[in-house]
Amino acid sequence: MNWEAFWLTVRLAGIVSTLLIAIGIPIAYWLTYSRWRWKFLIEAAVALPIVLPPTVLGFYVLVALGSRSPLGRWWESITGHTLAFTFEGLAIGSLVYSLPFAVQPFAASFGAVDAALLRASASLGHSPVQTFRRIVLPLSKAGLVTGFALSFAHTLGEFGVVLMVGGNIPGVTRTISIDIYDQVQTANYSSANQTALLLLLISFLVLSMVYGVNRHPWVVVPWR
Amino acid sequence: MAVRIATPARSEPQFSTQPLSADLEVRIRKRFSNPEGSFNLNVHFRALAGFTIVFGASGAGKTTLLDCIAGLTDPDQGRIAVGGEDLYDSEKNRNVAAWKRRIGYVHQDLALFPHLTAEENVAYGLRSLGALERQTRTGDMLQAFRIDRLRDRRPAQISGGERQRVALARALVTEPRALLLDEPLAALDRPTKSLLVGDLRQWNQHHRVPILFVTHNGEEVFALGNEVIMLDAGRIVAQGQPHEVMHAPHLETVAQLSGFENIFDATVLALHETRGTMRCRLGTGEMELETPLVRAEVGSCLRVGVRAGDLLLATEEPHGLSARNILSGTIRRLVQRDVIIAAIVDCGGAEFDVHLTLAARDALELVPGKAVWLVVKTHSCHLLAM
Repeated sequence: MNWEAFWLTVRLAGIVSTLLIAIGIPIAYWLTYSRWRWKFLIEAAVALPIVLPPTVLGFYVLVALGSRSPLGRWWESITGHTLAFTFEGLAIGSLVYSLPFAVQPFAASFGAVDAALLRASASLGHSPVQTFRRIVLPLSKAGLVTGFALSFAHTLGEFGVVLMVGGNIPGVTRTISIDIYDQVQTANYSSANQTALLLLLISFLVLSMVYGVNRHPWVVVPWR
Repeated sequence: MAVRIATPARSEPQFSTQPLSADLEVRIRKRFSNPEGSFNLNVHFRALAGFTIVFGASGAGKTTLLDCIAGLTDPDQGRIAVGGEDLYDSEKNRNVAAWKRRIGYVHQDLALFPHLTAEENVAYGLRSLGALERQTRTGDMLQAFRIDRLRDRRPAQISGGERQRVALARALVTEPRALLLDEPLAALDRPTKSLLVGDLRQWNQHHRVPILFVTHNGEEVFALGNEVIMLDAGRIVAQGQPHEVMHAPHLETVAQLSGFENIFDATVLALHETRGTMRCRLGTGEMELETPLVRAEVGSCLRVGVRAGDLLLATEEPHGLSARNILSGTIRRLVQRDVIIAAIVDCGGAEFDVHLTLAARDALELVPGKAVWLVVKTHSCHLLAM
């Protein structure tokens, strides 16, 4: 059992899913309330990582992080090294990869809040942002937990993007799923089995939590 | 400023006093749709402090009107002002956001915040106040609306009538410049309703703001109204005091809304100017009615509306009555509606709907086919223009 790879992966998943709360909420807010006619294009772009082969996604992220891209150059000018094949680069790739798993549950739960509550809040003198903070967010708890847990679990198990963007550097970019692959390659089946079982259990736990919190969502209008 | 009441009386609700005298001016056009099609809301009125009832069938544009005033939907053009301040003016390109309008709005769904307690719901609109004042005002309002003991409960844990109180208290505590109530009593039983109306009246004695009260219940019009605005397909078809609008309708839509179960085509046969009455023939049949005199010529066509509850029914031909119209007929059907029996009586081609109590049906042994006499007072006949 490679604990170094395990903790690296947990750290990566924790950072990515926490950042996705901060990044995903504004995106989901916009997707829920915008009346822009071309909104569907952004929705499709956000959902792309669900259907795109991880290698394709990883390839483009790698190109975007490389020293030929503006982002890569900018990063290099501050830090002195490239983003590719670093933990930070891996985190950025994972953010893109898990984005829909956070944004979609967020947007779905924001959209499920009864519009009558938003109207009532406006009539009681609250601006749209205040209403969002005091009504929409608290009533979307289940969606927020779901988005956090799904993006955590999804990052935990990623393989293709990690390999493309991060390579396989022990202690820096070697995640648990790559470790399993390595162990199988060297015919070390019992170690692979242990690691795989742990990943299976964690994934099951996370999904149980997701379904658990969604069992009793806030009943928004119970008297209708 | 809110006034802290040291020992609130038990029976008399107490309210903070902040005289805000301002009238509401509305002159708007707005295209809206209901299941029957697309209509133009086109209204122009001024509501003074006190209750103004907005009365009309569903789909008449009542809720669209309130949404426009609250700023939740935009009119196509026109002007909305409270106390002289423009909230919306299409000419000046002015449109104040809903949350800056300070207009209280209680919707039929109430829309209580399900994750907040009754107290937090009521305090919600007092965001800008300091904690102490917010607590004081909320406490006073909870007491005034007799929901003090529910302060820690969530909306799902209290009854329908209590929710209605919380929703009203939540809107009133913000001391709005005008109050919009969209059928707020629709779901309540009668005693609960009148108690709540009493509290609302009490509140408004101190605050004197215009209250637009939407209903399609004729009873509520009489219970509350200083002024009634009757809406039909987006237009104001009648306006005035309740008895003027409801008892002397001039348009058939008004008549149907205000509960004339019986409406007949009639031809004027003779005018009795000295007696203030006239004779009319109903439809194409033989039946004649004496009605109040209106400005009409012999031979002209009118409509007569009679409330089913204003008709008397007898099983023998009555004598010695002051009523001028005694019509013989036969019971066609008896239909029970709640605790009322609707007897459909055929009087020579004209079918009357007569409302009776269950006891009257049993005492008179009424059955379909039985011969009966209907007694119609002259002034129970309301003449409607066609």
